Amino acid sequence: MLLDDKFEYLLRLGDNALILSQRLSQWCGKGPAFEEDMALTNTALDLIGQARMWLSYAGEVEDRGRDEDALAFLRDAHQFRNLLLLEQPNGDYAVTIARQFYFDTWHCLLLQELNKSADSRIAEIAEKALKEVRYHLRRSSDLVVRLGDGTAESQRRMQAALDDLWMYTGEMLTPDEQDELLAAQNIVPDPAILREPWLQYVGSVLRETKLTMPTGTWMQKGGKLGRHTEHLGYVLAEMQFLQRAYPGAKW
Amino acid sequence: MKEWPLWEVFIRSQHGLAHKHVGSLHAPDAEMAINNARDVYTRRNEGVSIWVVKAADIVASSPGDKALLFEPANSKVYRHPTFFPIPDEVKHM
Repeated sequence: MLLDDKFEYLLRLGDNALILSQRLSQWCGKGPAFEEDMALTNTALDLIGQARMWLSYAGEVEDRGRDEDALAFLRDAHQFRNLLLLEQPNGDYAVTIARQFYFDTWHCLLLQELNKSADSRIAEIAEKALKEVRYHLRRSSDLVVRLGDGTAESQRRMQAALDDLWMYTGEMLTPDEQDELLAAQNIVPDPAILREPWLQYVGSVLRETKLTMPTGTWMQKGGKLGRHTEHLGYVLAEMQFLQRAYPGAKW
Repeated sequence: MKEWPLWEVFIRSQHGLAHKHVGSLHAPDAEMAINNARDVYTRRNEGVSIWVVKAADIVASSPGDKALLFEPANSKVYRHPTFFPIPDEVKHM
């Protein structure tokens, strides 16, 4: 039973990294500037590396012969455990950056806690990922400030993006049964302890700008349990096409 | 982006003592130029330190002055330290 819970949780970690990476990869060659294009695809590559580590560990824990590729390419949408936030469309650059900023803030806080996990493998992966994610956060925070304090148009778009995605942030900070079970074993942190620092950091960045922190209290949820928005299916269709059409293809 | 200034990027590699020019990029200010340089030029573990300089702040010699500046040195081989035997004990010079 405990192993199943751990497997589920590792899927959450791996799927978060995998789906956001896939989303960011969709910017490849289309970034607003060459330098941004490189930066964003670097982030995508970091995340794909993290997804591989989490999913291959998930496969080992499950012990039914599924490796990272089987988990990434041969599961359907309802079997994915990523946050709804991360499957949302890229939108304009403000939307991409808002999504990244909300996630990076949480990701950084989460990995700091996972680094202390009673499961040494989780702690090791978290430590490695944390170095990358600290940079992601520095970059997305910086861009939120720049767009927020840029032109009237960039400020309007940044604010709209922060407002539109706000309802997807609750899922990161609200524990469910799975979180609580593993938190009780000191394997993962209780998401509730990430809430205050998350609000504080997001607030501190937004206060540097003319942007205002969204205040809505109604939150979407379901991603962690496999209930996704319509968008995930399209992401998977693109990501999994090759393995579905040509099973076992290698190159 | 058109109005972003051009920056020249210098990277000091793992074993190198000096920063070396590696290329250029566009960025609105120094902080972002450093970030962009990290993302564009250090992806393959090239560096331990980055310098960025606004391209406009670099003063270059004029290609037209080549003869004037550099040719006089051509005929002065005695300026090269190649006329001294180096003792065998000195391994690296």
